[in-house]
Amino acid sequence: MKALGGDVEKSAAQGADVFIQSLQNEGVEMIFGYPGGAVLPIYDALYKNPIPHILARHEQGAIHAAEGYARVSGKTGVVIATSGPGATNLVTGIADAMMDSLPLVVFTGQVASAVIGTDAFQEADIVGITQPITKHNYQVKDVNDLPRIIHEAFHIASTGRPGPVLVDIPKNVSNEIFTLSEVKQTEVDLPGYQPTTSPNFLQIQKVAQAIQKAKKPLILAGAGVLHAKASEDLVKFVEQSKIPITNTLLGLGTIKGDHPQFLGMAGMHGTYAANMAICECDLLINFGARFDDRLTGNLDHFAPNAHIVHIDIDPAEIGKNVPTDIPIVADAKEALQSLLNLGVVTDGFSEWTNHLNKLTEEFPLFYKQSEEGILPQQAIEMIHKHTGGNAIVTTDVGQHQMWAAQYYKFNNPDHWVTSGGLGTMGFGFPAAIGAQLAKPKETVVAITGDGGFQMTLQELSLLQESQIPVKVIILNNQCLGMVRQWQQTFYEERYSESLMPSQPDFVKLAEAYDIEGYKVSTVEEADQVFEKALKSNKPVLIDCRVKQIENVYPMVAPGKGLHEMLGVKE
Amino acid sequence: MKRVITTTVINQSGVLNRVTGLLMKRQFNIESITVGHTEQPGISKMTFVVHVEDQRKLEQLLKQLQKQIDVLKVNDITDKAIVTRELALIKVLSPPAVRSEITSIIEPFRATVIDMSKNVITVQVTGDPEKVEAFIDLVRPYGIKELTRTGATAFVRENQKTPSQQLSIL
Repeated sequence: MKALGGDVEKSAAQGADVFIQSLQNEGVEMIFGYPGGAVLPIYDALYKNPIPHILARHEQGAIHAAEGYARVSGKTGVVIATSGPGATNLVTGIADAMMDSLPLVVFTGQVASAVIGTDAFQEADIVGITQPITKHNYQVKDVNDLPRIIHEAFHIASTGRPGPVLVDIPKNVSNEIFTLSEVKQTEVDLPGYQPTTSPNFLQIQKVAQAIQKAKKPLILAGAGVLHAKASEDLVKFVEQSKIPITNTLLGLGTIKGDHPQFLGMAGMHGTYAANMAICECDLLINFGARFDDRLTGNLDHFAPNAHIVHIDIDPAEIGKNVPTDIPIVADAKEALQSLLNLGVVTDGFSEWTNHLNKLTEEFPLFYKQSEEGILPQQAIEMIHKHTGGNAIVTTDVGQHQMWAAQYYKFNNPDHWVTSGGLGTMGFGFPAAIGAQLAKPKETVVAITGDGGFQMTLQELSLLQESQIPVKVIILNNQCLGMVRQWQQTFYEERYSESLMPSQPDFVKLAEAYDIEGYKVSTVEEADQVFEKALKSNKPVLIDCRVKQIENVYPMVAPGKGLHEMLGVKE
Repeated sequence: MKRVITTTVINQSGVLNRVTGLLMKRQFNIESITVGHTEQPGISKMTFVVHVEDQRKLEQLLKQLQKQIDVLKVNDITDKAIVTRELALIKVLSPPAVRSEITSIIEPFRATVIDMSKNVITVQVTGDPEKVEAFIDLVRPYGIKELTRTGATAFVRENQKTPSQQLSIL
């Protein structure tokens, strides 16, 4: 038998060697991780048989980076952490990946089988903890199961509706001798997991008929289109059918931001035209969006006159929030292609389209110009200007996220990496690192807030160490902007613990990590520094001081319908 | 509404936890769960009785269960011809004075006395949950010292009657 570890004293492969070979068999090109006691055998095997490894400075940084990598590359992100605290530090990222359907395989070390359940040093029941926030999870009991489980994990994570899969490996399993003759990729045999990808043709025909009958149809495209790599097909269908289109937050980039049929994002901070289109349409065709409450607003007022078509790869999403007239369980690409094959030709719905175009013209996104300082919306527009809409943009959650979604007009799919479902502060910066590693030649901009950045800023270490040219732009308003906005609007300006007047000197901080840092406080300064920084091939941090009291508008207040928007017009 | 749902699952450690965790996460109210092996090795079957608000909630429940990797099959068998059985063990206070009275209740229910002491008898009753309920109600006045129920297990009858629209006048 061939020794996989290359260690002369060992005649046989151990679990850890089998682990590495299994990852190689899956074509894993990089691992995001952090070592520790229970994964020492794995890291030792990695030392002997290297797969590129990105050493984050916190497990949360590692997993968000893996999410960014997965979102941008379309490949499965791989994470390793040790048992106990290493594993529990991953929980936020696992939940985030679950909510936004990102394919991850997460490996955690576990204490030795003999002491599991005894509250041993660095023991945590990570399988139990992550059951509600993973697509599936495993604990390996026998080293001979390791190749099969790893192969299944990658299969489950990346097929159907993608999601995170956790594999917990007790330390003794990593050390055990593998007794099978070879590490081979067997066929996946999961009778309980057979995702449907091809649409039912009769249902597709019904959609075509519904379009013919409709006077005011609307397409809503979500991240499912991106996961299915179907944005080209979507644009073809949009142009063929001449139906106007809106996006969910996570669906941005499925169609060019300046496409004439695109109404902008819909939902809580969507455009007036997009939300009114939902309120008024008589046919709503949803490709790969899950009718999240931030999109729908009050369900009683959501698309009240519309026939609803819902195309989703996850049958459980269909009818979950919004009753559906034509349900289709399918991969967005396959559904779009069968619709394209039917060749739906329409007269262009000119009355409807003109009406919506008029709404776009009359009620555009707007902000009040300010004499002094930088407005955050202006900052996003400047970033757009200097990157031509072609950068990969990552964000956390909050005001900066919504402004980026509103004012950065994306030209390309898979260039928008944001924490939508879970709304995770601290996501954007490490996700940018993963995105940059996936696409080294692209410009990657992490737009964060001063609050979120301080949750994972330790990953600055990585920029210098691995020469990752991420541009970090902190829209620094010295407060938790969205919290402050809600307190202003719904809590009578009682700014309870949302103001952060004391900030570190972010420029000095950057310098401490040997990274170029700039502070900008005026539009002119910002314009110059952005231009220089966004063309640079080095990491840069920009502390962009923006106006504190500035709100994201328009807005649908929680509990209200999409027709009740605040801040639409002066 | 009360629904009887059966799921066929791969018998792996944690599968019960996975299913009950899912129900808890989605706020479904479980009345009972029973689990046991089936005729196929490695395959178990769960029967659970749940309360759901409406058809949509029910559909969501079935779909979410179906999504689990270890779950092979999910069926809502409530509206079919089904066999449902439950077992209850009941310790009833039975001083000699009332013992024969209690025994006379046991007989028509085809319940069995499985243990006896000076003042307490232990009775085993099986049947559909309503029968078990009725039996418990009958012996309650004598004083129930301890009670344990297994929860319902069920499957569909081999012969499904085709529902007829006409009602018999007899």
